[in-house]
Amino acid sequence: MMPACTDPDALEGLAWLACYLTTGKHMAFYTSFGTVLLLLAITAPAALAFGFGGAVMARSRIAPVSWIGRTYIAIVRGVPDIAFFLFFVIALDQAFEWLRHQAKCPDWDQPIRQGNDFVVCAEAKLPLSTAPQWVHETYGFALAVLTFAIVFGAFAANVLYGAMRAVPRAQIETAEAYGMTERQTFRRILVPQMWVYALPGLSNLWMVLIKATPLLFLLGVRDIVYWARELGGTKTPQFTDYPHGDWRMWYFLALLVFYLAFTKVSEVVLARIMARLTKGQATAGGEAQRKAAA
Amino acid sequence: MKLHLATAAAALTLAASAVSAQDVIRMGTEGAYPPYNFINDAGEVDGFEIELGNELCARAELECEWVTNEWDSIIPNLVSSNYDTIMAGMSITDERDEVIDFTQDYYPPTESAYVAASEDADWETGVVAAQATTIQAAHVAEGDAALLEFATPEETVAAVRNGEADAVFADYDFLKPVVESSGGELVFVGEPVPLGGGIGMGLRESDAELKDTFDEAITAMKEDGTLNEMLVKWFGDEIGQY
Repeated sequence: MMPACTDPDALEGLAWLACYLTTGKHMAFYTSFGTVLLLLAITAPAALAFGFGGAVMARSRIAPVSWIGRTYIAIVRGVPDIAFFLFFVIALDQAFEWLRHQAKCPDWDQPIRQGNDFVVCAEAKLPLSTAPQWVHETYGFALAVLTFAIVFGAFAANVLYGAMRAVPRAQIETAEAYGMTERQTFRRILVPQMWVYALPGLSNLWMVLIKATPLLFLLGVRDIVYWARELGGTKTPQFTDYPHGDWRMWYFLALLVFYLAFTKVSEVVLARIMARLTKGQATAGGEAQRKAAA
Repeated sequence: MKLHLATAAAALTLAASAVSAQDVIRMGTEGAYPPYNFINDAGEVDGFEIELGNELCARAELECEWVTNEWDSIIPNLVSSNYDTIMAGMSITDERDEVIDFTQDYYPPTESAYVAASEDADWETGVVAAQATTIQAAHVAEGDAALLEFATPEETVAAVRNGEADAVFADYDFLKPVVESSGGELVFVGEPVPLGGGIGMGLRESDAELKDTFDEAITAMKEDGTLNEMLVKWFGDEIGQY
Protein backbone atom coordinates (compact mmCIF):
# COMPACT_ATOMS: atom_id res chain seq x y z
CA MET A 1 0.00 0.00 0.00
CA MET A 2 1.02 3.57 -0.59
CA PRO A 3 2.25 5.44 2.50
CA ALA A 4 -0.42 8.12 1.99
CA CYS A 5 -3.07 5.52 2.74
CA THR A 6 -2.28 5.15 6.45
CA ASP A 7 -5.30 7.19 7.53
CA PRO A 8 -8.14 6.57 5.05
CA ASP A 9 -10.69 8.46 7.19
CA ALA A 10 -8.92 11.72 6.40
CA LEU A 11 -8.97 11.09 2.66
CA GLU A 12 -11.65 12.15 0.27
CA GLY A 13 -12.75 11.63 -3.30
CA LEU A 14 -10.17 10.28 -5.70
CA ALA A 15 -7.42 9.90 -3.11
CA TRP A 16 -9.72 7.71 -1.01
CA LEU A 17 -10.72 5.72 -4.07
CA ALA A 18 -7.10 5.26 -5.11
CA CYS A 19 -6.23 3.92 -1.66
CA TYR A 20 -9.37 1.80 -1.56
CA LEU A 21 -8.68 0.20 -4.92
CA THR A 22 -5.11 -0.70 -3.95
CA THR A 23 -5.79 -2.57 -0.69
CA GLY A 24 -4.37 -6.07 -0.38
CA LYS A 25 -7.86 -7.41 -0.84
CA HIS A 26 -8.26 -5.62 -4.16
CA MET A 27 -4.87 -6.88 -5.28
CA ALA A 28 -6.15 -10.40 -4.63
CA PHE A 29 -9.21 -9.51 -6.72
CA TYR A 30 -7.02 -8.37 -9.64
CA THR A 31 -4.86 -11.48 -9.35
CA SER A 32 -7.94 -13.66 -9.56
CA PHE A 33 -8.53 -12.40 -13.11
CA GLY A 34 -5.21 -14.03 -13.93
CA THR A 35 -6.38 -17.21 -12.21
CA VAL A 36 -9.47 -17.34 -14.40
CA LEU A 37 -7.50 -16.69 -17.59
CA LEU A 38 -4.93 -19.32 -16.62
CA LEU A 39 -7.70 -21.80 -15.94
CA LEU A 40 -9.18 -21.18 -19.37
CA ALA A 41 -5.78 -21.39 -21.05
CA ILE A 42 -5.12 -24.81 -19.54
CA THR A 43 -8.67 -26.18 -19.52
CA ALA A 44 -9.52 -25.47 -23.16
CA PRO A 45 -6.77 -27.67 -24.70
CA ALA A 46 -7.23 -30.28 -21.96
CA ALA A 47 -10.97 -30.49 -22.62
CA LEU A 48 -10.27 -30.70 -26.35
CA ALA A 49 -7.92 -33.61 -25.71
CA PHE A 50 -10.56 -35.36 -23.59
CA GLY A 51 -13.11 -34.65 -26.31
CA PHE A 52 -10.90 -35.98 -29.06
CA GLY A 53 -10.16 -39.13 -27.08
CA GLY A 54 -13.84 -39.59 -26.27
CA ALA A 55 -14.88 -39.14 -29.90
CA VAL A 56 -12.25 -41.53 -31.22
CA MET A 57 -13.24 -44.11 -28.63
CA ALA A 58 -16.95 -43.70 -29.31
CA ARG A 59 -16.52 -44.40 -33.03
CA SER A 60 -14.10 -47.28 -32.47
CA ARG A 61 -15.02 -50.58 -34.11
CA ILE A 62 -13.95 -52.49 -31.00
CA ALA A 63 -17.19 -52.73 -29.02
CA PRO A 64 -15.89 -52.32 -25.42
CA VAL A 65 -13.82 -49.26 -26.37
CA SER A 66 -16.81 -47.75 -28.09
CA TRP A 67 -18.94 -48.44 -24.99
CA ILE A 68 -16.46 -46.63 -22.76
CA GLY A 69 -16.47 -43.59 -25.04
CA ARG A 70 -20.24 -43.53 -25.31
CA THR A 71 -20.75 -44.06 -21.57
CA TYR A 72 -18.37 -41.19 -20.77
CA ILE A 73 -20.24 -38.86 -23.10
CA ALA A 74 -23.68 -39.94 -21.89
CA ILE A 75 -22.99 -39.84 -18.16
CA VAL A 76 -21.11 -36.56 -17.99
CA ARG A 77 -23.53 -34.80 -20.32
CA GLY A 78 -26.46 -36.05 -18.27
CA VAL A 79 -25.30 -35.02 -14.78
CA PRO A 80 -25.90 -31.39 -13.75
CA ASP A 81 -22.68 -29.39 -13.58
CA ILE A 82 -23.19 -28.25 -10.02
CA ALA A 83 -23.78 -31.80 -8.76
CA PHE A 84 -20.71 -32.90 -10.65
CA PHE A 85 -18.59 -30.14 -9.16
CA LEU A 86 -19.76 -30.71 -5.61
CA PHE A 87 -19.61 -34.48 -5.59
CA PHE A 88 -17.03 -35.45 -8.15
CA VAL A 89 -14.15 -33.36 -6.87
CA ILE A 90 -14.33 -34.76 -3.35
CA ALA A 91 -14.63 -38.27 -4.80
CA LEU A 92 -11.69 -37.67 -7.12
CA ASP A 93 -9.55 -36.34 -4.29
CA GLN A 94 -10.47 -39.33 -2.13
CA ALA A 95 -9.72 -41.74 -4.98
CA PHE A 96 -6.21 -40.30 -5.37
CA GLU A 97 -5.59 -40.48 -1.63
CA TRP A 98 -6.95 -44.01 -1.47
CA LEU A 99 -4.55 -45.14 -4.21
CA ARG A 100 -1.60 -43.47 -2.50
CA HIS A 101 -2.67 -44.99 0.79
CA GLN A 102 -2.66 -48.49 -0.70
CA ALA A 103 0.80 -47.92 -2.12
CA LYS A 104 2.46 -46.11 0.76
CA CYS A 105 0.90 -47.50 3.93
CA PRO A 106 0.43 -51.26 3.55
CA ASP A 107 0.77 -51.71 7.33
CA TRP A 108 -2.11 -49.40 8.20
CA ASP A 109 -4.44 -51.26 10.54
CA GLN A 110 -7.33 -48.83 10.83
CA PRO A 111 -10.31 -48.57 8.50
CA ILE A 112 -10.21 -45.73 5.97
CA ARG A 113 -13.91 -45.10 6.42
CA GLN A 114 -14.56 -44.35 10.07
CA GLY A 115 -18.21 -43.43 10.23
CA ASN A 116 -18.48 -40.29 8.13
CA ASP A 117 -14.75 -39.71 8.15
CA PHE A 118 -12.37 -40.47 5.36
CA VAL A 119 -9.01 -41.08 6.97
CA VAL A 120 -5.80 -42.11 5.23
CA CYS A 121 -2.29 -42.22 6.65
CA ALA A 122 -0.36 -38.95 6.81
CA GLU A 123 2.04 -39.98 4.03
CA ALA A 124 -0.85 -40.56 1.64
CA LYS A 125 -2.45 -37.15 2.08
CA LEU A 126 -2.64 -35.12 -1.08
CA PRO A 127 -1.03 -32.69 -0.74
CA LEU A 128 0.84 -33.56 2.44
CA SER A 129 -0.48 -31.59 5.38
CA THR A 130 3.05 -30.28 5.87
CA ALA A 131 3.07 -28.82 2.37
CA PRO A 132 3.03 -25.02 2.13
CA GLN A 133 -0.21 -23.26 1.35
CA TRP A 134 0.62 -22.61 -2.30
CA VAL A 135 0.90 -26.36 -2.91
CA HIS A 136 -2.62 -26.82 -1.53
CA GLU A 137 -3.86 -24.02 -3.74
CA THR A 138 -2.14 -25.40 -6.81
CA TYR A 139 -3.58 -28.83 -6.09
CA GLY A 140 -7.07 -27.36 -5.77
CA PHE A 141 -6.54 -25.53 -9.03
CA ALA A 142 -5.33 -28.72 -10.75
CA LEU A 143 -8.42 -30.58 -9.52
CA ALA A 144 -10.53 -27.76 -10.91
CA VAL A 145 -8.81 -27.97 -14.30
CA LEU A 146 -9.27 -31.73 -14.40
CA THR A 147 -12.95 -31.51 -13.47
CA PHE A 148 -13.62 -28.78 -16.02
CA ALA A 149 -11.71 -30.79 -18.66
CA ILE A 150 -13.74 -33.92 -17.97
CA VAL A 151 -17.07 -32.08 -18.04
CA PHE A 152 -16.39 -29.99 -21.11
CA GLY A 153 -14.49 -32.85 -22.72
CA ALA A 154 -17.70 -34.86 -22.84
CA PHE A 155 -19.50 -32.10 -24.70
CA ALA A 156 -16.50 -31.61 -26.99
CA ALA A 157 -16.46 -35.37 -27.64
CA ASN A 158 -20.03 -35.22 -28.84
CA VAL A 159 -19.27 -32.26 -31.10
CA LEU A 160 -16.18 -33.93 -32.57
CA TYR A 161 -18.01 -37.23 -32.99
CA GLY A 162 -20.61 -35.46 -35.07
CA ALA A 163 -17.95 -33.52 -36.97
CA MET A 164 -16.11 -36.72 -37.91
CA ARG A 165 -19.30 -38.13 -39.34
CA ALA A 166 -19.99 -34.91 -41.22
CA VAL A 167 -16.86 -35.12 -43.38
CA PRO A 168 -18.20 -36.01 -46.87
CA ARG A 169 -18.02 -39.72 -47.61
CA ALA A 170 -16.59 -38.90 -51.05
CA GLN A 171 -13.43 -37.50 -49.42
CA ILE A 172 -12.84 -40.74 -47.53
CA GLU A 173 -13.55 -42.87 -50.59
CA THR A 174 -11.08 -40.87 -52.66
CA ALA A 175 -8.41 -41.38 -50.01
CA GLU A 176 -9.08 -45.10 -50.04
CA ALA A 177 -8.93 -45.11 -53.83
CA TYR A 178 -5.46 -43.58 -53.58
CA GLY A 179 -4.48 -46.56 -51.49
CA MET A 180 -4.21 -44.86 -48.10
CA THR A 181 -4.52 -47.10 -45.08
CA GLU A 182 -7.29 -46.50 -42.58
CA ARG A 183 -4.85 -44.76 -40.26
CA GLN A 184 -3.55 -42.51 -43.02
CA THR A 185 -7.10 -41.63 -44.07
CA PHE A 186 -7.90 -40.70 -40.48
CA ARG A 187 -4.82 -38.52 -40.03
CA ARG A 188 -4.59 -36.90 -43.46
CA ILE A 189 -8.20 -36.58 -44.54
CA LEU A 190 -10.67 -36.99 -41.71
CA VAL A 191 -9.05 -34.99 -38.90
CA PRO A 192 -7.96 -31.97 -40.96
CA GLN A 193 -11.41 -31.71 -42.52
CA MET A 194 -13.54 -32.28 -39.46
CA TRP A 195 -12.53 -29.04 -37.66
CA VAL A 196 -14.62 -26.88 -39.93
CA TYR A 197 -17.69 -28.87 -38.92
CA ALA A 198 -16.69 -28.93 -35.25
CA LEU A 199 -15.84 -25.27 -34.82
CA PRO A 200 -19.36 -23.82 -34.39
CA GLY A 201 -20.06 -26.39 -31.67
CA LEU A 202 -16.66 -25.92 -30.07
CA SER A 203 -16.96 -22.14 -30.08
CA ASN A 204 -20.26 -22.49 -28.21
CA LEU A 205 -18.50 -24.66 -25.65
CA TRP A 206 -15.72 -22.09 -25.29
CA MET A 207 -18.27 -19.37 -24.57
CA VAL A 208 -20.04 -21.55 -22.01
CA LEU A 209 -16.70 -22.43 -20.43
CA ILE A 210 -15.81 -18.75 -20.00
CA LYS A 211 -19.06 -18.18 -18.19
CA ALA A 212 -18.76 -21.38 -16.12
CA THR A 213 -15.57 -20.26 -14.37
CA PRO A 214 -17.45 -18.97 -11.28
CA LEU A 215 -18.01 -22.66 -10.44
CA LEU A 216 -14.37 -22.47 -9.36
CA PHE A 217 -15.37 -21.28 -5.93
CA LEU A 218 -17.21 -24.52 -5.31
CA LEU A 219 -13.78 -26.09 -5.60
CA GLY A 220 -12.20 -23.74 -3.09
CA VAL A 221 -10.45 -21.58 -5.68
CA ARG A 222 -11.21 -17.92 -5.13
CA ASP A 223 -12.23 -16.54 -8.49
CA ILE A 224 -13.36 -13.10 -9.64
CA VAL A 225 -17.00 -13.63 -8.71
CA TYR A 226 -16.06 -14.64 -5.16
CA TRP A 227 -13.94 -11.51 -4.72
CA ALA A 228 -16.55 -9.27 -6.34
CA ARG A 229 -19.15 -10.58 -3.91
CA GLU A 230 -16.78 -10.29 -0.97
CA LEU A 231 -15.52 -6.80 -1.85
CA GLY A 232 -18.90 -5.43 -2.88
CA GLY A 233 -20.72 -6.55 0.26
CA THR A 234 -21.60 -3.94 2.87
CA LYS A 235 -18.57 -3.09 4.99
CA THR A 236 -19.14 -1.81 8.49
CA PRO A 237 -16.54 0.57 9.99
CA GLN A 238 -15.69 -1.85 12.82
CA PHE A 239 -13.89 -4.26 10.54
CA THR A 240 -12.37 -2.17 7.78
CA ASP A 241 -10.71 1.18 7.15
CA TYR A 242 -12.87 1.62 4.09
CA PRO A 243 -16.52 1.25 5.14
CA HIS A 244 -19.10 1.41 2.36
CA GLY A 245 -22.62 0.28 1.55
CA ASP A 246 -23.75 -2.48 -0.74
CA TRP A 247 -21.53 -1.96 -3.77
CA ARG A 248 -22.00 -5.38 -5.29
CA MET A 249 -23.78 -3.86 -8.27
CA TRP A 250 -20.65 -1.91 -9.28
CA TYR A 251 -18.38 -4.89 -8.86
CA PHE A 252 -20.68 -7.13 -10.85
CA LEU A 253 -20.96 -4.41 -13.47
CA ALA A 254 -17.17 -4.53 -13.79
CA LEU A 255 -17.39 -8.31 -14.19
CA LEU A 256 -20.08 -7.89 -16.82
CA VAL A 257 -17.78 -5.61 -18.81
CA PHE A 258 -14.92 -8.08 -18.40
CA TYR A 259 -16.95 -11.06 -19.57
CA LEU A 260 -18.49 -9.15 -22.46
CA ALA A 261 -15.12 -7.86 -23.62
CA PHE A 262 -13.62 -11.32 -23.31
CA THR A 263 -16.39 -13.05 -25.24
CA LYS A 264 -16.25 -10.32 -27.91
CA VAL A 265 -12.52 -10.88 -28.40
CA SER A 266 -13.22 -14.61 -28.54
CA GLU A 267 -15.82 -14.10 -31.25
CA VAL A 268 -13.40 -12.12 -33.38
CA VAL A 269 -10.66 -14.73 -33.00
CA LEU A 270 -13.04 -17.61 -33.65
CA ALA A 271 -14.35 -15.92 -36.80
CA ARG A 272 -10.77 -15.71 -38.11
CA ILE A 273 -10.10 -19.35 -37.30
CA MET A 274 -13.30 -20.29 -39.07
CA ALA A 275 -12.25 -18.36 -42.19
CA ARG A 276 -8.90 -20.13 -42.20
CA LEU A 277 -10.40 -23.59 -41.66
CA THR A 278 -12.96 -23.05 -44.39
CA LYS A 279 -10.24 -22.47 -46.97
CA GLY A 280 -10.33 -25.16 -49.65
CA GLN A 281 -12.99 -27.21 -47.89
CA ALA A 282 -15.83 -28.98 -49.67
CA THR A 283 -18.42 -26.89 -47.82
CA ALA A 284 -20.71 -24.04 -48.81
CA GLY A 285 -18.38 -21.67 -46.93
CA GLY A 286 -15.37 -22.97 -48.83
CA GLU A 287 -17.23 -22.61 -52.12
CA ALA A 288 -18.09 -19.00 -51.30
CA GLN A 289 -14.45 -18.26 -50.53
CA ARG A 290 -13.39 -19.74 -53.87
CA LYS A 291 -15.93 -17.64 -55.75
CA ALA A 292 -14.92 -14.46 -53.93
CA ALA A 293 -11.26 -15.05 -54.80
CA ALA A 294 -11.94 -15.77 -58.45
CA MET B 1 -4.82 -39.46 11.20
CA LYS B 2 -1.77 -37.39 11.89
CA LEU B 3 -2.28 -37.85 15.58
CA HIS B 4 -2.72 -41.57 15.31
CA LEU B 5 0.61 -41.41 13.59
CA ALA B 6 2.01 -39.09 16.22
CA THR B 7 1.21 -41.47 19.07
CA ALA B 8 2.44 -44.50 17.20
CA ALA B 9 5.60 -42.68 16.28
CA ALA B 10 6.19 -41.36 19.78
CA ALA B 11 5.92 -44.88 21.11
CA LEU B 12 8.46 -46.13 18.59
CA THR B 13 11.20 -43.60 18.04
CA LEU B 14 12.05 -40.05 18.94
CA ALA B 15 13.07 -39.33 15.40
CA ALA B 16 9.68 -40.24 14.01
CA SER B 17 7.84 -38.06 16.51
CA ALA B 18 10.10 -35.15 15.56
CA VAL B 19 8.78 -35.50 12.03
CA SER B 20 5.15 -35.56 13.06
CA ALA B 21 5.64 -32.57 15.35
CA GLN B 22 6.06 -30.49 12.21
CA ASP B 23 2.61 -31.44 11.06
CA VAL B 24 0.46 -28.51 10.13
CA ILE B 25 -3.09 -28.32 11.42
CA ARG B 26 -5.28 -26.85 8.71
CA MET B 27 -8.03 -24.70 10.17
CA GLY B 28 -11.15 -24.25 8.04
CA THR B 29 -13.25 -21.08 8.28
CA GLU B 30 -15.78 -19.23 6.17
CA GLY B 31 -14.27 -15.74 6.13
CA ALA B 32 -17.61 -14.00 5.68
CA TYR B 33 -19.08 -13.61 9.17
CA PRO B 34 -17.68 -10.59 11.01
CA PRO B 35 -16.76 -10.28 13.81
CA TYR B 36 -16.31 -14.07 14.07
CA ASN B 37 -14.29 -14.45 10.91
CA PHE B 38 -13.84 -12.24 7.88
CA ILE B 39 -11.35 -11.12 5.25
CA ASN B 40 -9.63 -7.88 6.25
CA ASP B 41 -8.43 -5.05 4.00
CA ALA B 42 -5.14 -6.82 3.41
CA GLY B 43 -7.01 -9.84 2.03
CA GLU B 44 -6.17 -12.03 5.03
CA VAL B 45 -8.49 -13.87 7.39
CA ASP B 46 -9.17 -11.92 10.56
CA GLY B 47 -11.64 -11.87 13.44
CA PHE B 48 -12.39 -13.31 16.86
CA GLU B 49 -12.00 -16.93 15.79
CA ILE B 50 -8.75 -16.28 13.95
CA GLU B 51 -7.17 -14.60 16.97
CA LEU B 52 -8.51 -17.32 19.26
CA GLY B 53 -7.47 -20.14 16.93
CA ASN B 54 -3.93 -18.79 16.63
CA GLU B 55 -3.70 -18.50 20.42
CA LEU B 56 -4.99 -22.06 20.89
CA CYS B 57 -2.44 -23.35 18.41
CA ALA B 58 0.34 -21.44 20.15
CA ARG B 59 -0.65 -22.95 23.51
CA ALA B 60 -0.91 -26.46 22.09
CA GLU B 61 2.39 -25.92 20.26
CA LEU B 62 0.84 -26.72 16.92
CA GLU B 63 1.56 -25.10 13.62
CA CYS B 64 -1.69 -23.92 12.11
CA GLU B 65 -2.73 -22.65 8.73
CA TRP B 66 -6.06 -21.03 7.85
CA VAL B 67 -8.15 -22.16 4.90
CA THR B 68 -11.39 -20.58 3.73
CA ASN B 69 -14.23 -22.70 2.46
CA GLU B 70 -17.79 -21.98 1.42
CA TRP B 71 -20.27 -22.56 4.25
CA ASP B 72 -22.36 -25.06 2.25
CA SER B 73 -19.54 -27.57 1.85
CA ILE B 74 -17.63 -26.82 5.04
CA ILE B 75 -18.56 -30.09 6.83
CA PRO B 76 -18.11 -32.44 3.81
CA ASN B 77 -14.61 -31.06 3.27
CA LEU B 78 -13.75 -31.58 6.95
CA VAL B 79 -14.81 -35.22 7.02
CA SER B 80 -12.97 -35.74 3.75
CA SER B 81 -9.79 -34.53 5.53
CA ASN B 82 -9.21 -31.47 3.35
CA TYR B 83 -8.68 -29.56 6.59
CA ASP B 84 -8.68 -30.59 10.22
CA THR B 85 -10.86 -28.16 12.16
CA ILE B 86 -13.77 -25.81 11.61
CA MET B 87 -13.91 -22.47 13.41
CA ALA B 88 -16.63 -20.66 11.56
CA GLY B 89 -19.18 -19.47 14.10
CA MET B 90 -20.65 -22.96 13.99
CA SER B 91 -23.13 -23.57 16.80
CA ILE B 92 -23.01 -26.92 18.52
CA THR B 93 -26.18 -28.83 17.60
CA ASP B 94 -27.26 -32.46 17.89
CA GLU B 95 -27.62 -32.84 14.11
CA ARG B 96 -24.08 -31.67 13.47
CA ASP B 97 -22.75 -33.66 16.40
CA GLU B 98 -23.89 -36.83 14.65
CA VAL B 99 -21.58 -36.10 11.73
CA ILE B 100 -18.62 -34.36 13.38
CA ASP B 101 -17.32 -33.76 16.90
CA PHE B 102 -17.17 -30.48 18.76
CA THR B 103 -14.84 -29.19 21.43
CA GLN B 104 -16.40 -27.44 24.40
CA ASP B 105 -17.85 -24.07 23.45
CA TYR B 106 -15.45 -21.15 23.16
CA TYR B 107 -18.25 -18.70 22.68
CA PRO B 108 -21.20 -18.94 25.07
CA PRO B 109 -24.72 -19.80 23.94
CA THR B 110 -26.23 -16.50 22.87
CA GLU B 111 -29.34 -15.18 21.29
CA SER B 112 -30.30 -14.89 17.70
CA ALA B 113 -32.25 -11.83 16.66
CA TYR B 114 -34.47 -10.41 13.94
CA VAL B 115 -33.47 -7.28 12.06
CA ALA B 116 -35.78 -5.40 9.72
CA ALA B 117 -35.98 -2.11 7.87
CA SER B 118 -38.71 -0.76 10.15
CA GLU B 119 -40.17 -1.43 13.60
CA ASP B 120 -43.49 -2.70 12.24
CA ALA B 121 -42.01 -5.26 9.88
CA ASP B 122 -43.78 -8.60 9.86
CA TRP B 123 -41.08 -10.94 11.14
CA GLU B 124 -43.56 -13.47 12.48
CA THR B 125 -45.47 -14.43 9.35
CA GLY B 126 -43.66 -12.52 6.61
CA VAL B 127 -40.58 -13.47 4.58
CA VAL B 128 -37.49 -14.01 6.74
CA ALA B 129 -33.97 -14.35 5.33
CA ALA B 130 -31.39 -16.66 6.90
CA GLN B 131 -28.17 -18.33 5.84
CA ALA B 132 -28.71 -21.85 4.47
CA THR B 133 -28.02 -24.82 6.76
CA THR B 134 -27.76 -22.73 9.92
CA ILE B 135 -29.67 -23.14 13.18
CA GLN B 136 -31.38 -19.86 12.36
CA ALA B 137 -32.67 -21.22 9.05
CA ALA B 138 -33.96 -24.32 10.85
CA HIS B 139 -35.70 -22.13 13.42
CA VAL B 140 -37.43 -19.98 10.79
CA ALA B 141 -38.51 -23.09 8.87
CA GLU B 142 -40.30 -24.36 11.98
CA GLY B 143 -42.22 -21.12 12.51
CA ASP B 144 -44.95 -19.41 10.52
CA ALA B 145 -42.67 -17.16 8.50
CA ALA B 146 -41.60 -18.00 4.96
CA LEU B 147 -37.91 -18.86 4.89
CA LEU B 148 -35.66 -17.29 2.28
CA GLU B 149 -32.23 -18.93 2.29
CA PHE B 150 -28.95 -17.46 1.08
CA ALA B 151 -25.47 -18.93 0.76
CA THR B 152 -23.69 -16.09 2.57
CA PRO B 153 -24.56 -13.95 5.63
CA GLU B 154 -24.01 -10.77 3.60
CA GLU B 155 -26.79 -11.69 1.20
CA THR B 156 -29.30 -12.24 4.01
CA VAL B 157 -28.84 -8.65 5.20
CA ALA B 158 -28.87 -7.32 1.64
CA ALA B 159 -32.23 -9.03 1.11
CA VAL B 160 -33.73 -6.89 3.87
CA ARG B 161 -32.15 -3.71 2.55
CA ASN B 162 -33.58 -4.22 -0.92
CA GLY B 163 -36.99 -5.31 0.35
CA GLU B 164 -36.80 -8.92 -0.80
CA ALA B 165 -37.28 -10.09 2.77
CA ASP B 166 -39.22 -8.54 5.66
CA ALA B 167 -36.55 -9.45 8.20
CA VAL B 168 -33.27 -11.29 8.62
CA PHE B 169 -32.70 -13.80 11.40
CA ALA B 170 -29.08 -14.35 12.49
CA ASP B 171 -26.71 -14.33 15.45
CA TYR B 172 -27.20 -11.18 17.52
CA ASP B 173 -23.46 -10.49 17.54
CA PHE B 174 -23.26 -10.62 13.75
CA LEU B 175 -26.20 -8.26 13.36
CA LYS B 176 -25.18 -5.76 16.04
CA PRO B 177 -22.38 -4.01 14.08
CA VAL B 178 -24.55 -4.12 10.96
CA VAL B 179 -27.41 -2.33 12.73
CA GLU B 180 -25.09 0.15 14.47
CA SER B 181 -23.46 1.26 11.25
CA SER B 182 -26.68 1.39 9.21
CA GLY B 183 -27.55 4.85 10.52
CA GLY B 184 -31.07 3.88 11.57
CA GLU B 185 -31.87 2.16 8.30
CA LEU B 186 -32.01 -1.22 10.05
CA VAL B 187 -33.49 -1.96 13.48
CA PHE B 188 -33.86 -4.96 15.76
CA VAL B 189 -37.43 -6.24 15.89
CA GLY B 190 -39.22 -8.82 18.03
CA GLU B 191 -37.72 -10.73 20.90
CA PRO B 192 -34.28 -12.35 20.75
CA VAL B 193 -34.40 -16.15 20.63
CA PRO B 194 -31.89 -18.29 22.52
CA LEU B 195 -30.64 -20.92 20.07
CA GLY B 196 -27.89 -23.54 19.96
CA GLY B 197 -25.39 -24.73 22.54
CA GLY B 198 -22.71 -22.12 21.99
CA ILE B 199 -20.02 -22.18 19.33
CA GLY B 200 -17.36 -24.84 19.37
CA MET B 201 -14.55 -26.01 17.17
CA GLY B 202 -15.62 -28.79 14.80
CA LEU B 203 -13.36 -31.79 14.26
CA ARG B 204 -13.57 -35.22 12.66
CA GLU B 205 -14.98 -37.87 14.99
CA SER B 206 -11.89 -39.97 14.40
CA ASP B 207 -9.64 -37.14 15.60
CA ALA B 208 -10.24 -37.59 19.32
CA GLU B 209 -6.72 -36.64 20.38
CA LEU B 210 -6.69 -33.37 18.48
CA LYS B 211 -10.02 -32.61 20.07
CA ASP B 212 -8.60 -33.26 23.55
CA THR B 213 -5.61 -31.03 22.79
CA PHE B 214 -7.82 -28.11 21.82
CA ASP B 215 -10.25 -28.79 24.66
CA GLU B 216 -7.37 -28.49 27.10
CA ALA B 217 -6.19 -25.24 25.55
CA ILE B 218 -9.72 -23.79 25.65
CA THR B 219 -10.11 -24.78 29.30
CA ALA B 220 -6.81 -23.09 30.11
CA MET B 221 -7.89 -19.91 28.33
CA LYS B 222 -11.21 -19.92 30.15
CA GLU B 223 -9.46 -20.31 33.49
CA ASP B 224 -6.88 -17.56 33.09
CA GLY B 225 -9.42 -15.10 31.68
CA THR B 226 -7.76 -14.58 28.31
CA LEU B 227 -10.80 -15.95 26.48
CA ASN B 228 -13.04 -13.41 28.25
CA GLU B 229 -10.70 -10.59 27.25
CA MET B 230 -10.89 -11.73 23.65
CA LEU B 231 -14.68 -11.98 23.74
CA VAL B 232 -14.98 -8.43 25.10
CA LYS B 233 -12.48 -7.14 22.56
CA TRP B 234 -14.47 -8.46 19.59
CA PHE B 235 -18.06 -8.43 20.85
CA GLY B 236 -18.18 -5.65 23.45
CA ASP B 237 -19.12 -5.64 27.14
CA GLU B 238 -22.58 -7.12 26.60
CA ILE B 239 -21.19 -10.49 25.64
CA GLY B 240 -21.68 -13.42 28.02
CA GLN B 241 -18.44 -14.51 29.66
CA TYR B 242 -17.01 -17.63 31.24
